[in-house]
Amino acid sequence: MQLALTPEEADFRDELRTFYRNQIPAEIRERTRTASEANRDDIVATQKILNDHGLAVPNWPVEWGGKDWTPTQQQIWLDEMQLASVPEPLTFNTNMVGPVIAEFGSQTLKERFLAPTAALDIWWCQGFSEPEAGSDLASLRMTAVRDGDTYLVNGQKTWTTLGQYADWIFCLVRTDPAAPKKQAGISFLLIEMNTPGITLRPIRLVDGSYEVNEVFFEDVRVPADQLVGEENQGWTYAKFLLGNERNGIAQVGRTKLRLAEIKELASAKGLLGDPLFAARLAEAENDILALELTQMRVASGSEGGKPNPASSVLKLRGSQLQQLATELLVEVAGPDALPFDAGGGISTLEWAQHSAPRYLNYRKTSIYGGSNEVQRTIIASTILGL
Amino acid sequence: MDFQLSEEQVLLRDTTRDVLSRAYDPESRLQVVNTDLGWSRDVWNQLAEIGILGLGFDEDAGGQIEIQVVLTEIGRRLAPEPVVHAALGPGALIAEVGTAAQRSVLDEVAAGERLLAFAHSEPGMRLSTTEVTTKAAREGDSWVLSGRKNPVLAGDCADTLVVSAALPDGGTGLFLVDAAAARRQPYRTFDGLRGAQIDLERVAAEPLGEPIDASTAIDAAQVRVTAALSAEALGAMEEALRLTAEYLTQRKQFGVTLSKFQTLTQRAADMYVSLELARSMALYAAMSIADGNLDPAIASRAKLQIGRSGRHISQEAIQLHGGIGVTDEYPVGHYAARLTAIEHTLGSSQDHLHVLVGQLGDYEVVTV
Repeated sequence: MQLALTPEEADFRDELRTFYRNQIPAEIRERTRTASEANRDDIVATQKILNDHGLAVPNWPVEWGGKDWTPTQQQIWLDEMQLASVPEPLTFNTNMVGPVIAEFGSQTLKERFLAPTAALDIWWCQGFSEPEAGSDLASLRMTAVRDGDTYLVNGQKTWTTLGQYADWIFCLVRTDPAAPKKQAGISFLLIEMNTPGITLRPIRLVDGSYEVNEVFFEDVRVPADQLVGEENQGWTYAKFLLGNERNGIAQVGRTKLRLAEIKELASAKGLLGDPLFAARLAEAENDILALELTQMRVASGSEGGKPNPASSVLKLRGSQLQQLATELLVEVAGPDALPFDAGGGISTLEWAQHSAPRYLNYRKTSIYGGSNEVQRTIIASTILGL
Repeated sequence: MDFQLSEEQVLLRDTTRDVLSRAYDPESRLQVVNTDLGWSRDVWNQLAEIGILGLGFDEDAGGQIEIQVVLTEIGRRLAPEPVVHAALGPGALIAEVGTAAQRSVLDEVAAGERLLAFAHSEPGMRLSTTEVTTKAAREGDSWVLSGRKNPVLAGDCADTLVVSAALPDGGTGLFLVDAAAARRQPYRTFDGLRGAQIDLERVAAEPLGEPIDASTAIDAAQVRVTAALSAEALGAMEEALRLTAEYLTQRKQFGVTLSKFQTLTQRAADMYVSLELARSMALYAAMSIADGNLDPAIASRAKLQIGRSGRHISQEAIQLHGGIGVTDEYPVGHYAARLTAIEHTLGSSQDHLHVLVGQLGDYEVVTV
């Protein structure tokens, strides 16, 4: 057992730390640190820089730009990125559809999609959830009926994050409604967003933000060569994808930065001397440290590439602590949390104006990526044998 | 960064687990706990044979990771032998500050032939501090101690006491005292273990090493013992959860096993989360010490998490069992008792949170 990084790992960390701070423009990192909404241009610009240096998709197979790093190196790559407030590569591209195409797609699909996916020349969005298929994803109804060289697609997807920026969407569709099990009749289909018959409708969230959408498909004709892998095997690919989706979802680095920011603001307001507040903050710091160490254990124990069921712990606890940080910031703001979007002309600072909306927005973190109840079910069944 | 045990450490874990599971099932444990001594000389000798009672005295024989591994097994079986309080904790103090002659008693300790206790805690002391009211005085060429120490864990059976006392010229020194020379009032602790109040009235004492301030060594000893107790708590939590999960798959109500009720399985999953967070912090404490870092703040971090997780797991383990969970016959309540006792040994979660609050302004981003 050895807590410290090996000298090689420490060098690796230092190189990345320097790279992120020198190569990613300071204004992008500052906007990322303070912004409450994703900035499309910053995400694209950053992923291009990362990709130019071979750092956008280290988790992919080497022949498609991957790095063959150890899980510990992967973790360092991500932690340092978060600590430097660098926008992460678009997860739909790098953690979701890219690895699925690389693992299950034909050579033609790989050559067509993987390079532009890594470079973010294609912005992907995720077409999984439907109005009647949330946690019970396999109940999805959107149909794709084979008709010659095309599929005729009808149905609706929802909660499509950043769909307003997307060029393509990867969808789970029902290709065999008569299959004996509902999981058995599902396929994984790639669809260009500007195909006739697709309409996008924004869903405004409780904080006034616009990050998710409904996507409607009406007699959309999709070339059959955009099917990934085999027809009716989509559920297997989806499970593979969902295992990867939890990569990095704990957001340990970002939460640590948020807590440091909260401490600085609380200190300026004299709140750090309040024993009740200080106790909450000190406990939150301990909680994030315990999660970080757990993440280190999971990373160093997952050699061999198998998803570790303990990653459910990271998602569950990580989302709780992200939420806790937003809650503490509202506490620091106090009555200054009330004004919203009032600009810089009043005494309430911008961070305080955004604190409560972000708190409300972050209730999403225990719902997306497999709700925390789903994570508990995974823990109970796969780890505890219940 | 490496969280894997070495082959030797795995062997030590398995051997300890084997010895303790042969010695104790819940019923035989209760019988032993209810004897006068409260633990088994026979098991003690077996632990000595494996080399467990000398862990940490001699770095070659094994350090904090080995202690972590062994104490987790002790926690898992709720073995009542006072390995930490009668051997490892005070033994490490003697190893660190004792003279060569004084260190020679460690061979007897490691062989299971001499029992120690660290008489440091005093009435009114909450968190471990090095400030004590017991006084050391020089009488001619020798020293005498006067004061009250309570609770002294394993103080009931100790042959030799390591006693902390205020020095005449300031600072806190350490002394060896023949336990027979002190007045002691032995008792059971609520978790079935043993302790004593020790009253010293001008009792002859021998300075451990030089009669100088030993605050640093006392702090270091408390850090090591906190890590060891954290490991023990981890083992207890692991077993409490295992018992609970097993019970949920066996006990039937409304015609089905309890594992069919999500209201219960979801809570068991949360217990697992608590367990893994506790494991991370217990390992953090042990690995830091193994790296030579005896920062008390790390011990506070571990103790805080252990306290939170221990409380959560022990309360839920009982609740998910139902009435049987609060019986003497069934083990889960005893795990809760031990976890509660550990919570109030060497500072509670709240005490350690105070320590962390006090350091909050010293750094920006919290780091490992």
